[in-house]
Amino acid sequence: MATTTRTIEVELSTSGLDAAGRPQRVPIVTNDGGTAVALEAPPMLEPDLDGEHMLINIGPQHPATHGVLRLVLELDGETVVRCIPHVGYLHCGFEKIGEYRQYNQIIPWTDREDYLNSPGNNVAFALGAERLFGIDITERCTVLRVIACELSRMMSHFVWLGTTCIDIGAFTPFLWSFQQRESIYTMLEQWCGARLTTTLTRVGGMAADIPDGWTARLEQFIEHVPKVIDEIESMLTRNAIWIGRTIGLGVMSPEEAVNYGLSGPMVRASGVSYDVRKDFPYLDYETYDFDVPVGVNGDVYDRYLVRVEELRQSTRILRQALDRLPGGPVNIDDPRVILPPKHKAMSEMESMIHHFKNVMEGPRPPVGEAYVAVESPKGEKGYYMVSDGTSKPVRWRIRPPSFVNLSAIPRMVEGHLLSDVIAINASIDIVMGEIDR
Amino acid sequence: MESFTIVAVGQALGKSAPAPATPKKIPNRGGEANPSAAALKAQFGDAIHRVDVVWGETTVYIDPTRAKQIVQWLHDDPSQQYDYLSDITAVEYRDLEQPIEVVWHLRSLPYRRFLRLKALIQKGQPLQIQSVHSIYKSADWMERECYDMFGISFIGHPDLRRILMWEQYREGYPLRKDFPLRGRFSRSEQLRQALSQNPEAKYSMEELSIAEAFEELPKDMQQRLRAGEKTGE
Amino acid sequence: MGLVARPDTSLVEYDPQSQEGWVTTRLDFLVNWSRANSLWPMPFGTACCAIEFMASAASKFDLARFGMERMSFSPRQADVLICAGRVPFKLAPIIRRIWQQMPQPKWCISMGACASSGGMFDNYAVVQGIDTIIPVDVYVPGCPPRPEGLMYGIMMLQEKVMNERSADKTLRDEMEPDPRSQLYIPPPMIDELSEPFGNSVHQTRSAP
Repeated sequence: MATTTRTIEVELSTSGLDAAGRPQRVPIVTNDGGTAVALEAPPMLEPDLDGEHMLINIGPQHPATHGVLRLVLELDGETVVRCIPHVGYLHCGFEKIGEYRQYNQIIPWTDREDYLNSPGNNVAFALGAERLFGIDITERCTVLRVIACELSRMMSHFVWLGTTCIDIGAFTPFLWSFQQRESIYTMLEQWCGARLTTTLTRVGGMAADIPDGWTARLEQFIEHVPKVIDEIESMLTRNAIWIGRTIGLGVMSPEEAVNYGLSGPMVRASGVSYDVRKDFPYLDYETYDFDVPVGVNGDVYDRYLVRVEELRQSTRILRQALDRLPGGPVNIDDPRVILPPKHKAMSEMESMIHHFKNVMEGPRPPVGEAYVAVESPKGEKGYYMVSDGTSKPVRWRIRPPSFVNLSAIPRMVEGHLLSDVIAINASIDIVMGEIDR
Repeated sequence: MESFTIVAVGQALGKSAPAPATPKKIPNRGGEANPSAAALKAQFGDAIHRVDVVWGETTVYIDPTRAKQIVQWLHDDPSQQYDYLSDITAVEYRDLEQPIEVVWHLRSLPYRRFLRLKALIQKGQPLQIQSVHSIYKSADWMERECYDMFGISFIGHPDLRRILMWEQYREGYPLRKDFPLRGRFSRSEQLRQALSQNPEAKYSMEELSIAEAFEELPKDMQQRLRAGEKTGE
Repeated sequence: MGLVARPDTSLVEYDPQSQEGWVTTRLDFLVNWSRANSLWPMPFGTACCAIEFMASAASKFDLARFGMERMSFSPRQADVLICAGRVPFKLAPIIRRIWQQMPQPKWCISMGACASSGGMFDNYAVVQGIDTIIPVDVYVPGCPPRPEGLMYGIMMLQEKVMNERSADKTLRDEMEPDPRSQLYIPPPMIDELSEPFGNSVHQTRSAP
């Protein structure tokens, strides 16, 4: 497999770690020439408290937990001995409700569950439902869905970037990232009417075709966004504070990462190049020319680099998708699934019956089950649907990448400091809506 | 700091394997089965009840009492190498006579394969199955969620308690088909029960690694822990 | 915006029998003006509405011009609790505790359909409106509400704050829940508020 390596070279005045590999406070003193001179750290003068551990509770309401997550930490001084996460504070019964809704009615629910990646979730669910129905979508729909997926990947990574910067202390990249999100919001609003909870797809097609002039806006966006990514990178990638706060934290080896079921940038930063788009492709992703960034250190810094590189790769995919966008219909021509056009439904009897059936009862797939996984910005997102022939699924299971990624947090924060817990938590890129469903 | 060597997916397949492609025109039934299904039949014989290929995905129905053994073999055997556990879930059908199915979704990254295992638990049998936590660490929370939503106990799981609902939740197991959509109690009763949980009193004895901390807990919590308040149902 | 004519806020009623004099009304104006224009929000953000709240705070829709850029995540230093997102039953005691930790004067904005009425989640897990748990001043509908919608809600709250009078002795009373059940409105009223309405009434059939 062809690889290109990118190495980031930085000169730190000290490594920041002592002989035992633990972070070290080193006062910076300048010599007569004005350059910083590292001093030996003073010997540890604090009394050895000999086993008095403290229980600290973070959350469920806390600005840095990316949602309502509760972490109970057992601390030895400032070092975490044990971490017990409590989830479920946003459990809203998605899977139960899915059993009471038709397939097209479930799509608004997929928006709300990973709400940073709404278009991506809509596409994932539509792919799963179409697998269950045995439908192949049109060319134009495929490319439009790729555009939707990559836009939502960028949306999600921008939020991740912004909120992680705030957690670690940098406020400005948050404003820059959210400004780019506003551009994407405007485009999505022109397409489907909503900024965040888009409900873009339907079983067999899309909610609507793109309006005129939309591709011009997308072109402008693709031209402009690499400069913003460069600007954000120039703020962070070689920044001593950023590096000092992210290097060496939360390291997961490749075997551990696979055994813990990590996916997405988490597992790729640990050296396993598992990307569902490349390994179990969907939507013709094998025909697009893009790279998958893989880190070799498995720490928070590598996850940051992987996600920023994914932003750049997404612009590449968007460029290719825009160039190959074909004409033709967006929805397939199957009356069992797609609503007929209005003029036909109002004039032809058959179309009116199809319209009635599809609205009142909903499309009915054959008996069976399907599991379709896509590469969401968080990891491997899967929808498992079981059908008994009726218009409402018997079981709708969401395979949540953040849920599985978060279960590794006790392993990742052992031995780190309290402030590192926040950085590691931020690096997992969790969305509580998806974890708790 | 040591670096890891990059692990690619599909390494066991060799250079001549076809590149992965988007599946198109998948038949409803009768597609090509995953080679692991045949290997399982050869290895375990009658513990494999049935093999189904629906929409291109292979589902193997196994004997619930040998679930862990089968998963262990799939994980360890060099010709299978299912090193990635994607999902553990359960399905209950609307026809209440049908058994509850426990479903495992396994992926083999070296071979680039996907396999679904199902174990049927008949109604009237005790709702329990072996845990695969010793094989895959990702099973930890997935099995807890299965327990929380369906009431299936996973034998051998180190810490089986509710994860999505609060630990003293009394209405039942939400995803069962006999559990109504809006719950069993009235809204005011649900609210009253929810508000009666003390948000700070979640430190059960399992979570305290040292007994000294017990003295520092508030008196009512000490009382409850002494009275043997169990987490879960 | 809005179909109802806005009340005329410049008109101040003067009741000669009350204790209000010219000084107290001027003082009221000063106090209310400073409160309304520096409401420090406590963003109790749970779900998608929290993202729209963040977008409102970002550069395009800028909440700083309302004096709200200082998000205080500690309830002790906050004025207004903006509940953005759905509140499941597991989270109910948390939001109650946060509300009780906020010192007076305090207000609450329920942002989004889920916080106002349970939204699309009419099931076993979600509180059907946070007004069954804490007193709410302004409800902002939407799923999620646009940042402009949230700002309209904030402006309505500012208007409400401007119309407060210190002569009203019960204004800053803390709500007292019933000590045994912890509910602050009677159970039949909670059941009535939580009743399904609209489409939700008919969508409880699992199979067609």
